[in-house]
Amino acid sequence: MSIDLTQATMTELRDAVADKSVSAVELTRAYLERIEAHDGHVRAYNETYADRAIERAEAVDRGEVTGVLAGVPIALKDNLCTTWGHTTCSSNILKNFRAPYNATVVEKLEAAGAVVLGKTNLDEFAMGSSTENSGFKPTKNPWDTGRVPGGSSGGSAAAVAADLCAAAFGSDTGGSIRQPAALCGVVGLKPTYGLISRFGLVAFASSLDQIGPFTHTVEDAAVLLNVIAGHDPRDSTSADPDTSGPIPDYTANLDRPIEGLKLGIAKQYMGEGNDPAVAKMIDDAIAMYKDMGATIVEVDLPHTEYGIPTYYIVATAEASSNLARYDGVHYGHRTEAPDDLIDLYSASRAEGFGDEVKRRIMLGTYALSSGYYDAYYLRALKVRRLIKNDFDAAFAQCDAIVCPTTTGPAFKFGEKTDDPLSMYLNDVYTVNANLAGIAGISVPGGFTEVDGKTLPLGLQLLGPTFSEPTLLRAANMYEKSNNFGNTRALASV
Amino acid sequence: MAAMSEKLTENDVRKVAKLSRLKLTDDQVAFYTDQLAHVLGYIDKLSELDVDNVEPMAHPTDMTNKLRPDEPTAGMPVDAALANAPASDPPFFKVPKVLGEGSGA
Repeated sequence: MSIDLTQATMTELRDAVADKSVSAVELTRAYLERIEAHDGHVRAYNETYADRAIERAEAVDRGEVTGVLAGVPIALKDNLCTTWGHTTCSSNILKNFRAPYNATVVEKLEAAGAVVLGKTNLDEFAMGSSTENSGFKPTKNPWDTGRVPGGSSGGSAAAVAADLCAAAFGSDTGGSIRQPAALCGVVGLKPTYGLISRFGLVAFASSLDQIGPFTHTVEDAAVLLNVIAGHDPRDSTSADPDTSGPIPDYTANLDRPIEGLKLGIAKQYMGEGNDPAVAKMIDDAIAMYKDMGATIVEVDLPHTEYGIPTYYIVATAEASSNLARYDGVHYGHRTEAPDDLIDLYSASRAEGFGDEVKRRIMLGTYALSSGYYDAYYLRALKVRRLIKNDFDAAFAQCDAIVCPTTTGPAFKFGEKTDDPLSMYLNDVYTVNANLAGIAGISVPGGFTEVDGKTLPLGLQLLGPTFSEPTLLRAANMYEKSNNFGNTRALASV
Repeated sequence: MAAMSEKLTENDVRKVAKLSRLKLTDDQVAFYTDQLAHVLGYIDKLSELDVDNVEPMAHPTDMTNKLRPDEPTAGMPVDAALANAPASDPPFFKVPKVLGEGSGA
């Protein structure tokens, strides 16, 4: 096989299988060999399915499985249900769980011919920003294995960054796709709330969760969005084409710059907390967009700083309800010899959940409890409205907002684990998109040198609901103006 | 209505843990009380805003009462529903005694 996995994009690999310059089996084996060689170190995967992947690839080579992703080896965050293997959410409470159905995205990806290599590590139940809350193990950043890959979808981001799959999927509740994409130097897309079916995504916070892809290029993300977008009768919150319009071809016109593109910059995202390299990344991006003919406008998002406290009430309140299902009765871990039924519930949950999950369940329960509901939950819902109003006003002036994904590059293991609040503050530039339900993407934004290591940064573009065609085109303009995404992490592995 | 910034106590955490069905040791109660009080202190920032005339936003979409056609479809088979149960006696899930002596009720 002549293709170098550490240079190719997903679309190139897909085309190589299609024109038979490489077989699907060769491609799948090549990734399985890379996983064998490198994943002991990166620890991106919770589980791999070598035999099943080879069988699927053989079916592609026989022409029995076709589609726009025929033979493309992918990875899934381990909170997406599959009828094969385990679906654990990196939690000891679900360590042995086997899902009775496939997530809708999994069915769509397989129907398009994708080959699932395995499931990737995450912060337990997607609660965290570093994978350090995984019940099993932390995943390492392929650029510097002393640093976190970000989270919660850290396994998926690291798997793409280290070329242990051609593309991967994650979920983004407060930044869990965009933040690890930024810290691992790959593209991460959080689609508009409702664009992707959440059926079969294990629920964390149902009004915030959204599934999206990790790729090396914006084009690859657009190809995958074409496959997974669309209404699903099994998810009543998925967007109805009657009201939100038909699903367009996201790859159409990707290379054509947008005439009259208006981009917003907000001072609330350009604070002193930003690493100097992040500030320079934004300046350079703005200069590039101006050169390409875009207009830059200043927008005001005055409630930005209230995003974190609002998010940590809304998300934990929803989580406290969603995670009530883990009771030691229907599925999941069950304590030995409980005193009675209540003890069965309480001991099973205490043994099965890790610290961060317990903290969030209790915080959410507190915010919803009698006497505190108005002061916390109801107030947070009102501030959520103010945050959405900020975006509505900003998008009346511009097509998209240019901002950083994070305030700096990947942090070290242990740096934020003693203080939950310092970990929460890491999501400052990402949570508001989830609260408002808008679209966001992180694209490689260059590098910074820290302690002799080269670490990637992420540029974030935020757009109104269902603005993905514009957002992807604007992201593609930026990507094509630099070569950041072409530099792969493997040199550090 | 309780105001924000009342300091969270260990008793509050015990009550919340009970509501959450989480069995905590005394050491854990102390540990979580400190951490949650710290987080709630930050969340108190929300009280800076005047939200009197703001409509609460529970969800990003405006959809309400989305109905599907009322046509029966197959449910999950019993064996699939019980496949992950820690204890079962088909077609039932098994739990400790709920009522009477030793039930904790």
